[in-house]
Amino acid sequence: MKKLMMASALTAAMAFPLSAMAADYTVDTKGAHAFVSFKVSHLGYSFIQGRFNEFDGTFSYDADNIEASKVTVNVNTESLDSNHAERDKHLRSDDFIDASKYSTAKFVSTKVTKNADGTLSIAGDMTLHGVTKPAVIDAKFIGEGKDPWGGYRAGFEGTTRLQVADYGIKVVGASSYVDLDIVLEGVRN
Amino acid sequence: MATLITKYHGLSRFFHWISAIIVIGLFAAGYWMVDLSYYSEWYKTAPHWHKSVGLCFVAFTTARLIWKLLSTAPAMEGSAFEKKAASAAHILIYILLFTMFLSGYLISTADGRGIDVFDWFEVPGLGSFIEDQADYAGLVHEYVAYTLIGLASLHALAALKHHFINKDNTLKKML
Repeated sequence: MKKLMMASALTAAMAFPLSAMAADYTVDTKGAHAFVSFKVSHLGYSFIQGRFNEFDGTFSYDADNIEASKVTVNVNTESLDSNHAERDKHLRSDDFIDASKYSTAKFVSTKVTKNADGTLSIAGDMTLHGVTKPAVIDAKFIGEGKDPWGGYRAGFEGTTRLQVADYGIKVVGASSYVDLDIVLEGVRN
Repeated sequence: MATLITKYHGLSRFFHWISAIIVIGLFAAGYWMVDLSYYSEWYKTAPHWHKSVGLCFVAFTTARLIWKLLSTAPAMEGSAFEKKAASAAHILIYILLFTMFLSGYLISTADGRGIDVFDWFEVPGLGSFIEDQADYAGLVHEYVAYTLIGLASLHALAALKHHFINKDNTLKKML
């Protein structure tokens, strides 16, 4: 009986492949299950890691139709946090990201491609320091499913390297680029 | 029968002139150090000394205020308006100084870190009381510094005016 039910469910799934529609998700920033982190060289000997504490985002994802996926993330640049108040103040100043003038950084995807190895290439427009440039985020799907509280979640992790000079930010010593690491867990709307 | 005091007490003069040197020194250092590049050899030492001197100056100014309450000052000269303006300016300078102390402290301790005073002892940090504390406290520290230097310049010009135009005892009582 159980086998029969599974078989009919499978048949139904194959008969209606479009029944799994692209779903819209809201990034779970409320529960802090999402992170926008950065890593910058320190003197060329090590790294400084930090993150942006305030951001929001949405994405739509359909495992069967990856190309239709979209993602948008808005970051409040004033929420930069590298665990050192004096450094944060300096990084937010007009010596670097000028957070009071350019208080929003964002990424809006334009094209999502699934690679042969299963990873995703998310091309889009990255806006930082008032400059918008095309950027590609190398992402991977982590997992999806029901959460214990009645919701449905899906999660991704993505990385990209930004050359700070591309965004009009002064290069200081060895720190010519920033690696962004973005973890997004979304709750289906 | 009290004798007429024509000069500030030696200790008062000491407090006054050392304060003048420290205020000008801290202002100059602060003005210069905020534009130091990351790779400057002063990038770490200049703020360290600025903060160390600043925190010692808190104790110094507190001692100065206590001494001010205990000591007698020579009489003020000038019109009623000048006397009132001078008194107000003096009080305001003290208020601005303590605003500088507090805002400076709030920049460096916003993440809960303490401040090292000349690698001699550490003043503990209390963390943040407001969002983006380091940035707001930084703005207060900057603008109040300009105001303080402006007021101190006016204070010095007033003293010179008394000395060279009114030819009275105002400047001499502090020398």
